Amino acid sequence: METATPNYLLIIGGVLFVMLNVAALLIWVERRGLALLQDRYGPNRAGPFGLLIVAADSIKLFFKQDWIPPFADKPVFILAPAIVVVTVLMSFVVIPFAPGIVVADLNIGLLFFLAMSSMGAYSIILGGWASNNKYSLLGAMRGAAQMISYEVFMGLSLMGVVLMAGSFNLSTIVEAQRGLWFVVPQIIGFVIFFIAGIAETHRLPFDVPEAESELVAGFHSEYSGMKFGMFFIGEYMGITLISCMMVVLFFGGWLGPDFLPPIVWFILKTAFFLGIFILLRASMPRPRYDQLMEYGWKYLLPLTLLNLVVTAGALLWLNDGYR
Amino acid sequence: MNNNSGILEQLRSRYGEDTFKTQTTKDDILTLWLPVDHVPEVLKFLKHDLPQPFLLLFDLTAIDERTRKPENGHIPYSFTLIYHLFSFERNTFIRLKAGLREDFPKAPSISGLWQNANWYEREVYDMFGIRFEGHPHLSRILMPRTWVGHPLRKEHPARATEMGPFQLYDDKIDLEQSALQFKPEEWGLAKQSDDTDFMFLNIGPQHPGTHGVLRIILQLDGEDIVDAIPDIGFHHRGAEKMGERQSWHTYIPYTDRVDYLGGVMNNLAYLQAVEKLAGIEVPERVKYIRVMLCELFRIASHLVWYGTFAQDVGQLSPVFYMFTDREKIFDIIEGICGGRMHPNWFRIGGVAQDMPKGWEQLVQRFIDYFPKRLKEYDAMVMKNSIFKARTVGIGIFTKEEAIEWGVTGPNLRACGFEWDFRKMRPYSGYEMFDFEVPTASNGDCYDRAVVRVAEMRQSLRIIEQCVKNMPSGPYKSDHPITTPPIKQNTMHDIETLITHFLGVTWGPVIPPGEAMSCIEATKGANGYYLTSDGNTSPYRVRIRTPSFPHMQMLPYITRGYTVADLLSILGAMDYVLADIDR
Repeated sequence: METATPNYLLIIGGVLFVMLNVAALLIWVERRGLALLQDRYGPNRAGPFGLLIVAADSIKLFFKQDWIPPFADKPVFILAPAIVVVTVLMSFVVIPFAPGIVVADLNIGLLFFLAMSSMGAYSIILGGWASNNKYSLLGAMRGAAQMISYEVFMGLSLMGVVLMAGSFNLSTIVEAQRGLWFVVPQIIGFVIFFIAGIAETHRLPFDVPEAESELVAGFHSEYSGMKFGMFFIGEYMGITLISCMMVVLFFGGWLGPDFLPPIVWFILKTAFFLGIFILLRASMPRPRYDQLMEYGWKYLLPLTLLNLVVTAGALLWLNDGYR
Repeated sequence: MNNNSGILEQLRSRYGEDTFKTQTTKDDILTLWLPVDHVPEVLKFLKHDLPQPFLLLFDLTAIDERTRKPENGHIPYSFTLIYHLFSFERNTFIRLKAGLREDFPKAPSISGLWQNANWYEREVYDMFGIRFEGHPHLSRILMPRTWVGHPLRKEHPARATEMGPFQLYDDKIDLEQSALQFKPEEWGLAKQSDDTDFMFLNIGPQHPGTHGVLRIILQLDGEDIVDAIPDIGFHHRGAEKMGERQSWHTYIPYTDRVDYLGGVMNNLAYLQAVEKLAGIEVPERVKYIRVMLCELFRIASHLVWYGTFAQDVGQLSPVFYMFTDREKIFDIIEGICGGRMHPNWFRIGGVAQDMPKGWEQLVQRFIDYFPKRLKEYDAMVMKNSIFKARTVGIGIFTKEEAIEWGVTGPNLRACGFEWDFRKMRPYSGYEMFDFEVPTASNGDCYDRAVVRVAEMRQSLRIIEQCVKNMPSGPYKSDHPITTPPIKQNTMHDIETLITHFLGVTWGPVIPPGEAMSCIEATKGANGYYLTSDGNTSPYRVRIRTPSFPHMQMLPYITRGYTVADLLSILGAMDYVLADIDR
């Protein structure tokens, strides 16, 4: 929005600062949350409730030897972790956190997000390839196949929302939900987007590129120090991003009753989905890689297409009721 | 049990009167000596042509006889090969012995006759230097490839202090370094097929999915397993060799560590054999105490398996809940024994101490608590659809294949074969307990899990009966060889005082002879085959563990599956590295 121009730098700085800290905080939240669910304590020594474990971890990662395996492809090896952080951070550019709090209110916001998340697949492929390690290679192969497949459904599942809002602009999409959150008419789209989102962030149950018990650490087996930290932070920012997107596209973004400011609604809704991600990790086993692909292509894709056709049909039937 | 009548007559009528010499042993197993060149055809007859055949090659091992006292009337060979066969239909063992005369003798291989003979023969070669002619791949299996010597030969020292100081010369470093190079040909693997180059992937020795130091060499086409070769021996500690230098009594703690999840159950397998040799009958109360502790350990072991199996297929949480429950079992074990994982609690002729005051409440609390948890785990793991997708139809083997490969225990019962040594050949008073033998029908990874989960419930039943019916009485038998002996007798006459003193200082002397025990351990049939030459320590200790043949079967059941399935198969197999390598 043009009115936001004066605060431009402030917003960019704010978003960057908040997102990096949220990702760090999320690591703590997840470790404590998982511990709570698994009858143990989790990190509770550093600082109040173990909060400073994040600081301790980052200091440790920063001061570790910057090790590149001699057999690795150096430039690509260094580039790969940067890609994941950059693409995720770039995606936050288009997210409207509240009226006026958005870095770039692009008319093609949704497409920009999809493009960026596709770029993210490169970090896995390049990272796994450059490591020159068989576990990494297997992880990268799995990761590439999984992300490319699930991107198809991810994009298509959102088209219902676009049809209903009549725009790719995320702020417009949020405004279009004033009457009814899109999760109600687009429930199928939401479920598929959610599943594809887990696959995009390769979290349990879709963590086959990492698959600890099979591939040790999958595509980032050879990474250590801050380069590993980038993958790590990238993963948590990815979760935050998907949660934000779910809120924006299906749960009315900042919209909510007036007793709380819009930004608080947005944060609360996002936090809820972050919790779901952690809960999922605590409870689900991991399907096999080919089962995952089968599930995607055989069930999700037809369902997405069906959803798209039905939405389009219904809109025509209702004679453009939403516009 | 003695359903071996007629075998000897049939064998003698087929192969001549003088071919077989019988030997009486303390365990009443039909023991026959035969010339070594007759071994393959006799075994073939016993496996294929005999009515009610001996289908299971239970164990194959050897003894170095060269330092044995000759006066025991045994035949002066330099080595003896020993084959233990088992017939399910007859419910009986048979033991065949073949003497070998040279210092580095040769024997015909039976690896074509039984699939699981392959590894057993490699082990005998590795440990004794006996060569098997006709073996497809006779190489070391437990010791490193660069190892010099054969550890179980009597001239090989049992302690490092008997050897010179270890030195690593430059050429030895080079040798060891070059031995680390991976050459697929050495493992019998082709680098490429007609249309693809294979990828070789080392799973382990350090890998989160192998639960210990195990290396599996995978030959992969994409993610599909073309072949898998387990490389074992990283956990080999020479448990059998140690037996030859420990006293009969001080060897007990070593047994704890063989199947390190089975705790005192290993003691039981060993002591069953010792007590057969010594002719000790243990009191009723001892039997109950032993059974109860064994069943507690069976649950503890199955819980570890349950949690780690769920973790292998990617479920993070169950392992924590199950270890918490295992901790509760350890609290009971600690209350009774003082120790936890390796309590070293059973003694020759009894147990170390009587049960502590209030043990009933301790155990009862667990009996009341645990079934609810099992139900919860059923919902969490067994009914989980992703868990099912990962395990149903994976790693299937049939009952016939299982027996051919020497599979026992829950893995065999998962093929639908109701065979439990506790039921079929009761030991330590298992006949007094009421329990069922759970089975499943498909023989896949899921069914192996089903059987183990059901077994935990049955174990709980047995424990409950122990609490209800625990008889009163002494906790060790009144026998001179009981170790440590009953103290109060020493106060009455000098004779028992001396026996007591010797038994405590030198350790008990076990009368010469040999005996084998076989128990249903947590993972399958665990057997100790002990030979005594009338000394304070065993002449030879042979430990037959279930995990060894199970692991041998791995290539056979993983071919054609993917890397992810390998983890399901490994998880469902329930092995312990120390149980494989000893």
